[in-house]
Amino acid sequence: MSEYILEMKQISKEFTGVKALDNVNFKVKKGEIHCLVGENGAGKSTLMKVLSGVYPYGTYEGEIVYEGKVQQFHKINDSVNTGIVIIYQELALFPDLTVYENIFTGNEIKQGALIDWNETIVEAKKMLEKVNLDVNPETLVKDLGVGKRQLIEIAKALSKDVKLLILDEPTAALNEDDSENLLKLLKELKKQGITCIMISHKLKEVITIADSATVIRDGQTIRTLDASKGEITENTIIKNMVGREIQDIYPKRVKNSHDEKVLELKNWSAYDQKLGRHVVKNANLHVKKGEIIGLAGLMGSGRTELALSIFGNAKAYKLQGDLLLDGMPKAFNHPSEAIKAGIAYVTEDRKGDGLFLLQDIKSNISAANLQRISANGVINENEEIKVADRYKTSLHIKATSLEQLVGKLSGGNQQKVSLGKWLFVGPKLLILDEPTRGIDVGAKFEIYTVMNKLIEEGMSILMISSELGEVLGMSDRVYVMGEGEIKGELPIENADQEKIMQLATQ
Amino acid sequence: MTLINDLKTLISKNIRDYGMYIALLVIFLIFTILTNGLFISSRNISNLLDSAGYIAVLAVGVMLVIVIRHIDLSIGFLAGFLGAIAAILLMQYHLPVYIVLPIILILGTIAGLFTGFLVAKVGIPAFVATLAGWLIYRGAILQVTEKTGTIIVQNDAFNAIGNGYIPSIVQINGLHLLSLLIGVLGIILYNFSAVSTRRNKMKYNFEVVSKQIFILQLVFVSAIIAAITWILAGYNGFSWTVIIILLVVLVYHFLTTKTVMGRHIYAVGSNPEAAHLSGINVNKITLIVFGSMGLLSALSGILFTSRLQSATTTAGTLFELDAIAAAYVGGVSAAGGVGKVTGAIIGAIVMASLTSGMNLLGVGISYQYMIKGGVLALAVIFDVITRRKGN
Repeated sequence: MSEYILEMKQISKEFTGVKALDNVNFKVKKGEIHCLVGENGAGKSTLMKVLSGVYPYGTYEGEIVYEGKVQQFHKINDSVNTGIVIIYQELALFPDLTVYENIFTGNEIKQGALIDWNETIVEAKKMLEKVNLDVNPETLVKDLGVGKRQLIEIAKALSKDVKLLILDEPTAALNEDDSENLLKLLKELKKQGITCIMISHKLKEVITIADSATVIRDGQTIRTLDASKGEITENTIIKNMVGREIQDIYPKRVKNSHDEKVLELKNWSAYDQKLGRHVVKNANLHVKKGEIIGLAGLMGSGRTELALSIFGNAKAYKLQGDLLLDGMPKAFNHPSEAIKAGIAYVTEDRKGDGLFLLQDIKSNISAANLQRISANGVINENEEIKVADRYKTSLHIKATSLEQLVGKLSGGNQQKVSLGKWLFVGPKLLILDEPTRGIDVGAKFEIYTVMNKLIEEGMSILMISSELGEVLGMSDRVYVMGEGEIKGELPIENADQEKIMQLATQ
Repeated sequence: MTLINDLKTLISKNIRDYGMYIALLVIFLIFTILTNGLFISSRNISNLLDSAGYIAVLAVGVMLVIVIRHIDLSIGFLAGFLGAIAAILLMQYHLPVYIVLPIILILGTIAGLFTGFLVAKVGIPAFVATLAGWLIYRGAILQVTEKTGTIIVQNDAFNAIGNGYIPSIVQINGLHLLSLLIGVLGIILYNFSAVSTRRNKMKYNFEVVSKQIFILQLVFVSAIIAAITWILAGYNGFSWTVIIILLVVLVYHFLTTKTVMGRHIYAVGSNPEAAHLSGINVNKITLIVFGSMGLLSALSGILFTSRLQSATTTAGTLFELDAIAAAYVGGVSAAGGVGKVTGAIIGAIVMASLTSGMNLLGVGISYQYMIKGGVLALAVIFDVITRRKGN
């Protein structure tokens, strides 16, 4: 029998023309903790979904060899039955059910046709002991913290006789104590012979726990590092993560930054009552007039939350600290107040919370500033058409007419409509959240050109981006966020991919 | 043959919008043939429209509630309850009609705003909040009519709302002159606005239908208005109920299509998150829509009480479901953000036509319910399928 419990060979997976995985080879030794690292969108989660049968056999190319046999998983249960269990970042627990019900959901202990609840509770207790969790199995899951919920997920996996446990960023939402606890548990499970694949953004964790680490970039395996050979160091990982060449697709602009600060945050914190934790912690940041500020960081680092807390506190966080706009302290209670004060926010998820897909281009463009084109509450439709037409022309929105439904446009054109909507508000500070995600290179270039033009006109831009090339190519200054904190500020002259990644993965 | 081809593409492109009108036309044709023309008689059409009135105004209100992804079950008994209050104010307190009507409309608005408050600010699901209202108003009707039972309204001005007709000025050959004038005015207004919209669109190089098709459209709609006017003028002319429906349609059509508020309603319905982030006050819009629902419930209560010339203990029973059915037949989408005032009205007329036609044919009540249920299901199936095709 080979030393590998899992070998994924030449795995390729395409999403409507985009290659998410390109001939990936990934081998995991029996009984090791193997970390999978890479930037946002590198393909880590896709690879794990291929492995667990979320993307069934036949929708990808390549071969999965598990425990010496070629496997064809048609559905998730197929992989679970062979002992592969995946725990996602967004835990899949039922908050209103008890701990023991959660552990055995989908894997019920039955006596005849009925569930044997007594046996279930007894078994649940055993599983909880295995993960060193001291809670009453009859507690409701919603009454437990995130750290404990994570352990319950693992207990659930153990109840299914797991041989290969996959964890997708298990510590992203945990505090340090809980994280340490979890890592300790993983080491114990290793002693019991359970192999573990962990996706992680936190390099320190990777270094402490991993026996091997595979770096994935742009859907390709870059290198597998071996701890016993001393290969797992921060430097080697980061070098392999970011080694991509940056193409020069960023249009040049004349520097136009002034000394006045348009936006300044002092000791800015935001507490999310629903999550029960701080999503932004003590952030200090400023944006000067005529600057593009890049806000880099990995997924879940608190960048979008920071934007929402500035933009009229749209998610009703509990805020602390000072927000100064043009030097004046402000407190916004609703996005409408932020818009009036001159802030615009182009959301990351344009389909989810940015656009009205069932409405046409012109109503989308005018939606945030109908007051401007109306008198006594009645919309001047001619004025609306003129405005929409202006943005359609200046942003090169490709559509059959202004009356085309936005839902039928391509991603790039949707993004331009979204941008047009917010430019019509006439902001002095434009917050762009992943402005070029999922759009083609041509449209990207157009959006960068528009950004440069806005800067020349004296606007300021705060750009959240996970694309390091974009951050480095467009920004005047870069802030890096991680775990809700600003981990560092880099003048663009000193910034490079490695430095940003280093700060982001601290 | 370009005309035919144009017509084909026009219909296939706008099948969702036209489907309802075509269905209504088909229903009219079938019943007219089956009843040897009795269905299309002046008297029957006049009665049909009058009997549709109190559901039609509710349908407009509930259409907007559904557009913003909520529901209101309390409207039937709220209408019944407010109708009873109107009767009590008129008969027991002897208040004049011109005071009673505004009081009832204001009470309705307050009741609607309260529901809106529960939904928007307190965060109770609309289904539950309005189910509570359904029970409460049902009890309230019984309470206020407990001593008297049915309250007979003996007030000619009030009863005219549901039974009377607009004055004729002069009768010419048995035709109702003022009604004819209103019809002519309607045709002129329609043509005028259609031509100016088309001109506007052409100015901005928008897609417009070809000239022949456009003229065909004008002639067709004008003919329908003329036909309805002619039919009604042949009986007693426009009833006050029809005038009220027309006013509600005009006002709500204007509010929903031309104003900032209307835009905000559809924005909230099609994507509440995006609406919030666009600076739209979602709570305020929810309050306004439920407030308008209350106002229209009051109007519905007035129309119904006036039509029966009495307030009964069971007034309002199942109005809400009839109105919701009418709104769905009229093309409102449960997913939110889609729905038209004209659609809701046509939906109500479709349902009323089915009742009227089947009554004329002597179809048993058991079959009537089943057939109406079938039509509702068909309308929604049609909607779902055409939407899927559209995507």
